[in-house]
Parts: sequence; structure tokens; C-alpha cells
Amino acid sequence: MRQVYLDYAATTPPDPRVTACVAESIPALFGNPSSIHSFGRSARGAVEKARRDVANLLGARPEEIFFTSGGSESDNWAIKGMAFALRAAGRPCGIVTTAIEHPAVLQTCAWLVQQGFSVQYLPVDAEGVVSLENLAAAVDETTGIVSVMFANNEVGTIEPIAEIAAFCQVRGIFFHTDAVQAAGHLPIDVQALGIDALSLSGHKFYAIKGIGALYLRSGFSLDALVHGGAQERGMRAGTENVPAIVGLGCAAALAATELKEEARRLRALRERIAAGVLALGESWLNGPNDSVHCLPGHLNFGFRGIRQDVLLMRLDLADFAVSAGSACSAGALTPSHVLLALGQDERKAGTALRVTLGRFTTAVEVDAFLTALREIVTDLRRIRK
Amino acid sequence: MEKKRVVVGMSGGVDSSLTAALLKEEGYDVVGVTMRLADESRDLEENDRGCCSLSAVQDARRVCEIIGIPHYVMDFKALFREKVIDYFLADYARGRTPNPCIACNRYVKFEGLLSRAMELGASYVATGHYARIEQDARSGRWLLKKGVDGQKDQSYALYHLNQHSLTHFLMPLGRHTKTETRAMAERLQLPVAQKPDSQEICFVPRDDYKAYLREKEPACLQPGEIVDLSGRVLGHHEGVPLYTIGQRKGLGIAAGRPLYVVRLDTQRRQVIVGGAEDVFSRGLIAGDLNWIAIDALQEPMDVMAKVRYGKKEGAARIIPRPQGRVEVSFEEPQRAVTPGQSVVFYRGDIVVGGGVIEQPLP
Repeated sequence: MRQVYLDYAATTPPDPRVTACVAESIPALFGNPSSIHSFGRSARGAVEKARRDVANLLGARPEEIFFTSGGSESDNWAIKGMAFALRAAGRPCGIVTTAIEHPAVLQTCAWLVQQGFSVQYLPVDAEGVVSLENLAAAVDETTGIVSVMFANNEVGTIEPIAEIAAFCQVRGIFFHTDAVQAAGHLPIDVQALGIDALSLSGHKFYAIKGIGALYLRSGFSLDALVHGGAQERGMRAGTENVPAIVGLGCAAALAATELKEEARRLRALRERIAAGVLALGESWLNGPNDSVHCLPGHLNFGFRGIRQDVLLMRLDLADFAVSAGSACSAGALTPSHVLLALGQDERKAGTALRVTLGRFTTAVEVDAFLTALREIVTDLRRIRK
Repeated sequence: MEKKRVVVGMSGGVDSSLTAALLKEEGYDVVGVTMRLADESRDLEENDRGCCSLSAVQDARRVCEIIGIPHYVMDFKALFREKVIDYFLADYARGRTPNPCIACNRYVKFEGLLSRAMELGASYVATGHYARIEQDARSGRWLLKKGVDGQKDQSYALYHLNQHSLTHFLMPLGRHTKTETRAMAERLQLPVAQKPDSQEICFVPRDDYKAYLREKEPACLQPGEIVDLSGRVLGHHEGVPLYTIGQRKGLGIAAGRPLYVVRLDTQRRQVIVGGAEDVFSRGLIAGDLNWIAIDALQEPMDVMAKVRYGKKEGAARIIPRPQGRVEVSFEEPQRAVTPGQSVVFYRGDIVVGGGVIEQPLP
């Protein structure tokens, strides 16, 4: 067996059906969607169809979907845009978020602090769950924005989004969620859940890189992100990335129909790996105890005394791609802020390994991974003696 | 047969880059590892030339891509802080002149990387040092020898290697001159072929150890007297650790003849100065010994001794002393024998052993 990819949370391989859509659109839909002629109209039609497909995936209306370059841009735009809009209007503009957000949210908030905004970070419990009690304690009359991720990218914990959204709604607080890991993998209905803004990224659910979207509920408005044209309803100027948008629409449509069955399949594979990890002894799972509260293809675990960087590299050298911790600017692995926020010390957090499965993961691959993992862990235990 | 795996410590320089390339050509399963040693904040400084800087990582990554081997960055910051930086500051505070590069080699680049490499499933660790590791055919003992390039020989900084570590290290450049290395790197089109050698202490900004001490260990800088050998006060200083033995410039004393730092006395906070002839010692006492060519020193032995990196060896007799020490008696007096620096003993090309200088003998 050649290389086995088990790092779907980092990025997914594009679905061949998406790749085909994208490849066809490059020559066929080269027109500028803003042009009046037939070339422009065809391109515009494709972009708007993609917008409907993305809206449909989220239970949103097409005019509530804005295409962006990806999850980080959507997070930046939603949080900064709303913070400045609220401040300009003289309304409460304090931000409450969590300690386990993706850096796209955390560093956006850190920058906003420099701009004079106040930010509070909610703690999470040992499973990575944000509590309503902590949220209620942090929110006060100065709070204008709450941003809580839909599901965590490292340990897979799904947050109580409906409850958080309802809490915000009754208080008139803008609620944003970074759904980069959840979109396309979990059923999401922004209407039913009461979400005001949501970020998603195409390459996390089988589209290509460089395309994402921001859902912004009708009635809210942000300052334009890019000035210079009428694209994206004047909010993000610049000629649309038509092939990527077409691919995102295609990926959204596929996810909408296949998501439930796929989640069931992935959960079974995930359980298989979890059982294999625990069978090796001196090991544990990080994240939710009950897999119902975890992303379907997501598993985070550790072995006592085995460093995450060593284990990751050994697996890589054996052609299994997994992930661990967070890389510093130079690329060295350091314990992740998420595991530390879950209450683990640096030593334990320094053992956490993340395996994420997806659409093209097979049972054969999972078994091969478990065999390799057993060999490597056994060897590392022998060396340590 | 499965290829033997070897981890190469990649600094982004030409030596370690060529080492990786040569071993790959020899058929090893080569893995490049760059060790993360100093704090990230150093990356932001202008003088980003240390061997573990961000640009070094980028160079190493590029080289590994060209050679076609995997490359990883591993974090050794905690070990480096404890074994190198803390030792560096403590040694200065007690009036010695530390050699942080030797400490780094010993504890971090060798012990630290070796244990991590074993965990990566490697049989060997390779470095770009100019020294040779050979097994003595008769005794079976592993020997450390000088690199064939006398100018570049780095065996001085490796005297701490032991029989266990020597069996696990490869130093393919020991058989080559630096000129050959650059030519081979050029031929293999490694982008770092003409990169200059790094010289300065990687964690000390702008190579200014005095400013570093002032920032990190100000308590060790107490003013005191500059005295001559008879104890006469000639002037004042701002801290004993700011001086090194043999130093002439910067004393700020007007005297009829050139004066040199002869000794440092942290107890009395004195810098003792004397004439040019006073900087010479007939011998020294060394501790923290490691023997490579022999099990232990049982009786006096005639060797060539080197008391500082880049300095010529001198003929000497080494004599065992109690409590794990050795007395070194030079045939010709040696200049600026400095406590804290290492002394290394040779017979011909072979490193007999070495230790840390504790005190010069007049």
C-alpha cells in the first residue's frame, strides 16, 4: 500500500467530481460574471448556482452567502467587520470567544484588542465543551459579539451551538461560528440553530483551496472587505474566482446528499481506530467521551511517554500522514493551545496525535494504520527501556 | 535488505547539507532534522545567522527537497536552555570563560539528537563535523581522529564523545577538506555551497556577550578593582565577567608598559593584570575528563595539548591527579590558559581525551 492520508482536518483531497466541475469550468466559463454578454451571463449563472448550493447546505438563503478566499478570511471579516460596525454605531462591541478557537479567530481577536476592543476568552471543560454558565458569566452589557466554533479542529468536540445561539439571540448579541471543520460534515441549519454568521472553507470538504464562504444573516451588514466593484453585493470587490466557486458549489451539493450516510461510515472507522489505540494500553482519547459529540472522522489520542513529534515522524516515514500539536514558526511541534485549554499539562499535551478520516478512507487503510501504529509504539517502548 | 536509517542534523549550512547528500548517495535512508534551539524572538532580530534561526530552517528544508529526503524540525529549546544558556551564564558568573558550543555539541547536538534519532528508528546520527571516527582494528576500540583538513579540524569540540556514541555517529566530511566540500556541494547544486561559515555564538545577539550578560545576568556584574600581581590597585572595572584572560585592550589604565589580564578573581571581584610574560603558564589542572583512546589515565603520558579552539597544540605531559583530575605540564609555556575552556590531548591524529581547564599553573 502506498501513502495513507489520515489528515482530512488539515485539508481534504478534492473529490474527483469536484475536480471535473472545476476543470470544465476553466475554459467553458471564462467570461467575467459582471459582463453583460452571454459569456458573462453563463459565468454569472454558474456562480449563482454555486451560491444556491452552498446556501442549501446551510439552510440559508442565497443572498446570505458571500464567497471569500477561505475560512480565515471569513473569520477575519465577520469578527472585525462586526466589531467596527458596532463601535461606529456606538453600540456594545465587546467580544466573547473561546480559548480553543482556530488562530484565525484568536489572532483576529488579539489584533482587535490592540485596536481598543475588549475580548474575553471562555474556558472549556476537559472534553473541550463550552458551558452556558461560563458564557452567561462572561457576557455583560458591553458584549456585542460572541464567536464560538462549531466543532474544534484538534479534538473534534462539537459545541452546543443551538443553545449558545439562542442565548445570544434573546440578548441581541451577534453570534458568529467558525464552522470550518463542521460544514459539509455535520448537518447545519443556520435558521433552525439561530446563527447570525458562519465561516466555512471549501478545501475542508473536498473542494479546492482558495475558496470559502461567509454566511451572514439578512439584516446584518458589515463594512465592505474589498472596495472596487459590485461583486458579492459590493462587499468583496474583485472578479469572482469562477472555477473555485463552481467547485465549492459542487462540493456543497455532494455533501448535502451524502453527508449523513458518510458520517455513519466514518464513525464506524473512527471507533475501530479508537479501539485499536486503547488496546495498546497506556493510552487515552482526547476530546469528547461520547463520540456523538465528536466530528465523525476525528480522533485525537495519546500514549504515555511517547512524544507527538516522534510518533508523527515515524508514521510519516512509514507513509502514514497524521497530524499533531501546533507547529511553531520554524515548523517544530509544540503542545497545542487546545489541549492545554482542556487542562492537560505540557507533557501530556505533547503526546497528542490527531487522526482524521474522510470520504476516501477505507477499512483496509485503517487496519494498515493500526498495524503500523502497533509496531511503532511497541518499538518506541522498547527503545525507552 | 532494508536500508539503514541515518538522521542528519541539518543546520542549513554547507557542511551538514553535503553530509546529507553524501550519505544519500551511499544508499542510506537519510532523514534531515533541524534542531530548534533558541527562542523564537531571536528570529525577529536583524542578525539572523545563528545555526538554528528561521532562515537556517528554510535553507535546510530547501536542501532536503533538492536531495530528496524528508526534513523535520524538532524542538530542543528546553534542553538547550538548561545545558547551554544556563551553563554559559553560570560559568561567567563564577569568573570562567565558558565554551557554549562544546556544551551544545555534548548535551544537545549529540546526546539529545542521538536519543531522538533512535526513537525515529535510526541506526546512526550524522553531522558535518571535520573529524573522523574509526575503529581500531586490533583493540576494537572506537577512535576519534582529526579531520584531514588541518585548517578545519573540529575534533577539539568533540572530545566528549564516548565509546557508545562513537558507534552511532557518522562524520563523512572528516575525510575531506573544506574546499572539497564546497566543490562537491557546487557539483550537487546545493544552494548553500557558498554560504559563509557561522562563527558567533548563536544565542548571543550581535556576538556581544557583554551586552547579553548585562541583560540576562546583571547580578554577576559588580564593580571592583583592577590590581597588579603585587595587589596594587591600578584602576576600577564594572564586572569581572566582562574580562578575559590575555586581554589587553579596554582596560582603561595608563601604564608605562602594555598590561594584560592574567587572572580573574570573582571572590575579591578583582581583575589581576600583569606584563606580557605573566600571561604564560607552565601547566594547568583540568577536570570533567573524558577519555576516548584509553579507558583512563593510569600513568603519565606524553601528548600534544590544545588549550583553545583555533590555537596550536603544544607538547605536554599529562599526569593523573586525585578526584578525577589531570595535571598538564607544558614543554613550552602556553599563553592565556583560561579556566572554563577545554583542553584536548592528541597523539598524532588521535584524540586521547580532554577535559575542562580549572586553573592554570604558573
